[in-house]
Amino acid sequence: MASIEKRKIIISPVTRIEGHARITIQLDETGAVDEALFHVNEFRGFEKFCEGRMYTEMPTITPRICGICPISHSIASVKACEMIQGIKPAYTGNLLRRLIQLGQNISSHALSFFHLSSPDFLLGYDSDPASRNIIGIANQFPDIALRGIRLRKFGQEISERITGKKIHIMGIAPGGMAMPLTAENRKALLDWIPEAKETVRIGLEIIKKFHRENEAMVKSFATSPTLYLGMIGENGEQELYDGNLRFIDTDGTILQDQLDPKRYLEFIAERSVNWSYLKYPYYKPFGFDKGFYRVGPLARLNVASKMKTPEAQEEFLLFKAIGNGKPVHGTFYFHYARLIEALCSVEEAEMLLNNPAITSTDIQTHGRWNYNEGIGCAEAPRGTLFHHYITDDTGKLKNVNLLIATGQNNPSMNRSITEVAKQYIHDGTKVSEGMLNRVESTIRCYDPCLSCSTHAIGQMPMEIDIIDKDGKLVDHVIR
Amino acid sequence: MQKKKIATVWLGGCSGCHMSLLDIDERILDLVKLADIVKCPIVDGKELPEVDITLVEGSVTSDEHEREILHIRKQSKFVVALGDCAVMTNVTGMRNYFHLQDVIDTAYVNAISNDREGQLPDHPALLRLNDKVVPLQEVIKVDFVIPGCPPSADVIFYVLNEFLNDRVPDLSDVKKLRYG
Ligand code: SF4
Repeated sequence: MASIEKRKIIISPVTRIEGHARITIQLDETGAVDEALFHVNEFRGFEKFCEGRMYTEMPTITPRICGICPISHSIASVKACEMIQGIKPAYTGNLLRRLIQLGQNISSHALSFFHLSSPDFLLGYDSDPASRNIIGIANQFPDIALRGIRLRKFGQEISERITGKKIHIMGIAPGGMAMPLTAENRKALLDWIPEAKETVRIGLEIIKKFHRENEAMVKSFATSPTLYLGMIGENGEQELYDGNLRFIDTDGTILQDQLDPKRYLEFIAERSVNWSYLKYPYYKPFGFDKGFYRVGPLARLNVASKMKTPEAQEEFLLFKAIGNGKPVHGTFYFHYARLIEALCSVEEAEMLLNNPAITSTDIQTHGRWNYNEGIGCAEAPRGTLFHHYITDDTGKLKNVNLLIATGQNNPSMNRSITEVAKQYIHDGTKVSEGMLNRVESTIRCYDPCLSCSTHAIGQMPMEIDIIDKDGKLVDHVIR
Repeated sequence: MQKKKIATVWLGGCSGCHMSLLDIDERILDLVKLADIVKCPIVDGKELPEVDITLVEGSVTSDEHEREILHIRKQSKFVVALGDCAVMTNVTGMRNYFHLQDVIDTAYVNAISNDREGQLPDHPALLRLNDKVVPLQEVIKVDFVIPGCPPSADVIFYVLNEFLNDRVPDLSDVKKLRYG
């Protein structure tokens, strides 16, 4: 055989029309996979261009980082502002923010499961790619497609019914909220709860059936152990809005408990790499090579001791049983974890809507600039998010640091892709459709924000070039 | 009536405009009766075929975006700038007040969580950022603009529905024409 030495396979969205993500698979001399490089192709520079602006603008500017989880940015941001002012939010303002965040979690999880992932489960990984999307689901399972669309809508409506807008809402302000929830809107949302719950239950049935029928694949799918980070409440319960942090190791031993997010720099560092615009964060005490940790639904359920609501708690016990008391490392279980969280979010939204204080107009306290530094933290649908601001003595920003959820999964996502590639590619000259699908579904498990760029509803377009060490094209796969 | 072809594309933006498109909710099922969505974060997309309408979210920030938008122009009868980033760069253009190298260094060298052992992103597979972010119409002729950050789902649906029924949408009403 001619010397092939180091060859590269590059997977990228076809023609780069929608851009943002691309994979290079590096082969060794024998044609086996050496490593995969996951390229994230987007950079907008918020850390720099926010400098010089007033800190109070941040809850409005930073949601524009991401249209899928804008609320989490508003919340992390507004908490940093409240630390700068040294104030606490008004009671009802705080409840409303919590409710809006639950809404975002519901709509984002619905999008991930019903729009993006359910076509694989219901139509099959090997079904016709042209209809393996939500429209295809609408043709074959109209009731499920409609329910998924409406579950996402329910989450979005929570924002709209409080603030008048679904995306990039105004109204989350230092001290609480700028607008209340009316009795009429509260009723409309409460009326929607039974349908939302039922839809999540249907989603749970779909994923559990898929688990039963594909046990071997599900159990062996990208299972490398990692550390986990997630927010917890006072008693170790899963928490999204306001709590402390917990790190666990690969065996589930607690490394840090009830860690105040303001201390994040002691435990997290990040490194920039030349192949991606997304940095590689790691658990500082273990260093760059051993400090892989994951965030997001799987991580939150792995770190939590329990769920806050009854039906989600029942499901949580089943989830915990998969790991036999140890963390569940299988990347495929992200889907299950996401649905359990969606169930918890619907139940918790119901509890909040039933709280008589939710329609109170005691929604905002007021403060002014007092301190130079603020750190805010919240759980975005995809994981823990940190905003860190330093101001001058007039409140103008001197320094902005943002640690984004998807970023923290970046090192593990890269490793999961390498694992799948190793499993499926032995002779580098052939790349099967199955391999493409598995790489794609690996990425989809993490539901990274960038995924919506490459495949919000349908199949992820990919292009694979096999290139030898001199840059000559050996093979070219497109779909 | 022959079914029309729609594409939607995301350049330098936050995906919020696409999420707002999804906020048309059940009405998406009405749209796909009138048109095939051939390329997008919505269905499988190979090469962008010739299409009737392309909605473009985001500004032009890099060499790749530039190539993409020129290709989109060639393939589309109608190009619609969707959202404030596409129309006038909006938040994405805020980096224009700084030197690109400063913007990059702030994130990849000087950020307080960085371990100072990293490298600057410069892999050949990555896009090259342009010094200045520009709106679509600085690179191509744009046929229609829908401002808003994001434009509301109702407005997006209205515009698409008008086009698909061979009418020219009218945004003159203040409720429809809204920036921010
Ligand atoms: S216009 Fe607004 S919603 Fe649309 S991409 Fe830009 S920042 Fe996001």
